[in-house]
Amino acid sequence: MNIVEKILARASGKSSVAPDDVVFADVDKVMMHDVSGPGVLKVFDKLKKQGISVDKLWDPTKVWVAEDHFVPSADKLSAENIVKLSNFTKNYGIEKHFKYGMGQYGICHTLSHEQAMVMPGDVYVGGDSHTNTTGALGAFACGLGHTDIAYVLLNGNIWFKVPETYYFKLNGTLPDHVMAKDLILKIIGEIGNDGGAYRTMQFGGSGIDDMSVESRLTLCNMTTEAGAKNGIVEPDQKVVDYLSAKGATNLKLVNGDADAEYSKIFEFESSEMEPMIAKPFSPDNTCVVSEAPSVELDKSYIGSCTGAKYEDLEAAAKVLKGRKVKIRTEVLPAAISIYQRAMENGLLKIFLDAGVTVGPPTCGACCGAHMGVLAKDEICISTTNRNFPGRMGHVESQTYLSSPMVAAASAVTGKITDPRDLI
Amino acid sequence: MKGNIIKYARDNIDTDVIIPGQYLKVHDYAELATHAMEGLDPDFHSKVKEGDFILSGKNFGCGSSREHAPIALSHCGVKAILALSFARIFYRNSVDGAFLLPIEISQDAYDGISEGDEIDIDVSKNEIKNITKNQTYKMKPFSEIIGKIIAAGGLFKYKPDQD
Repeated sequence: MNIVEKILARASGKSSVAPDDVVFADVDKVMMHDVSGPGVLKVFDKLKKQGISVDKLWDPTKVWVAEDHFVPSADKLSAENIVKLSNFTKNYGIEKHFKYGMGQYGICHTLSHEQAMVMPGDVYVGGDSHTNTTGALGAFACGLGHTDIAYVLLNGNIWFKVPETYYFKLNGTLPDHVMAKDLILKIIGEIGNDGGAYRTMQFGGSGIDDMSVESRLTLCNMTTEAGAKNGIVEPDQKVVDYLSAKGATNLKLVNGDADAEYSKIFEFESSEMEPMIAKPFSPDNTCVVSEAPSVELDKSYIGSCTGAKYEDLEAAAKVLKGRKVKIRTEVLPAAISIYQRAMENGLLKIFLDAGVTVGPPTCGACCGAHMGVLAKDEICISTTNRNFPGRMGHVESQTYLSSPMVAAASAVTGKITDPRDLI
Repeated sequence: MKGNIIKYARDNIDTDVIIPGQYLKVHDYAELATHAMEGLDPDFHSKVKEGDFILSGKNFGCGSSREHAPIALSHCGVKAILALSFARIFYRNSVDGAFLLPIEISQDAYDGISEGDEIDIDVSKNEIKNITKNQTYKMKPFSEIIGKIIAAGGLFKYKPDQD
């Protein structure tokens, strides 16, 4: 069995599983945020009316909650949702609630690794499509809707069809100035925005072995944009070191068998990789930066679970150091722990000296919610994950997706720019 | 189950156009319904009627896990989506929450059915009948688990132990 089959077999109490088997898998961790949490509460209200008990959760210690989409509260309604979420966690005895403006907080997918909330081998589900991110730690990490999360909260398990696995092999270390984001845009461009649909996208090979855990998180995060059920990388010593440094103990790695089967294998050569973008209005509408259209950008956005981890900020700072931005540029570290490191290591000074605005951790403008949304006809280059019509604001605004380095270089010139042209 | 078709002849209708991100904070189902399809068709709310079906291309519902999307459509009265294929979270939200039926159709059904056509969906026979044009198409049968959850009326009413 491959790693996903082994995790799902263990979680469903079976000796083996194969693609297309339907299993009820025990869940190890479940996450909700200030959008899915209140959505789950609505499901609970509906269940109560149907006479189904919602008095007790299956295991409050396995549930964790983040406030990230509409924080800082965008308006009265979003403030009320935060209050609802707080009451919910208090009433049900959920202790791991990362509250905005209080201790550790940030975007849920970033907290999943920054705060070591998910362990290798876990079945981890979250009320958000980018839950796939955390598969980079060697977990089966999958996004679900409100009804399914409510079901997990009450029953501790959920049905899955065991996915077939596409294996993406990267040969060789990525060149300087080419980031994991460039690789995943290249992959999505090749397989299409439903090319991974219902499947696992697993990443391996010497290029992945050489990659940092944070880069692997970027790959798994964007598997959602190919429609994948989950993304995953086999856990190695880097994952152990990464999680141990954050206080995790007793890690039990699950790895695929030597004779693991994959339904398809794709190979990529690092030496052929170049900085990429995805043009409006789909993450699979990709091209290399050298063939990017010559558009006048209005804004550069370096934020989100996809593109504002510490190494993302470090890469952007490398480009922005000693330069000035030509267009409005916002950097929003994805968690307060990253913000703090960025301050301690001088990145914030580089950003501020370059004329960039540094904002708080929030999903904010990535999903067009608040804090920097786009006007009609505005064009943005962004380190985020999607560029559907209206994704970051007005339905006639445009978003180009890129790596943090490309977004930073483009901030300096006001046009879509290859970082190698500046450095 | 009979209804009339609202056709969007395109692929990749994503959750951001079905219900834009600014409404994610809204959890009142009736209010969500007033914003359904706002990112694609601002006239949708005025033209949709109770019992209507939406017909569209590949990868319907791609993007976010927001259950707001099937909720908004079902609370406008939409009973089924007929599409060439579906994105996974939209599909499972529609079924597990018992909001609407996601029906996978063939290319000839997609090509042959037009805006406004009256359609009769017979899940027991895996058949879609176009009453307006007197044509019949096969729908892709639901997988076993999906069929059982739909028959039960949603995931919470489905009892896996009784299988």
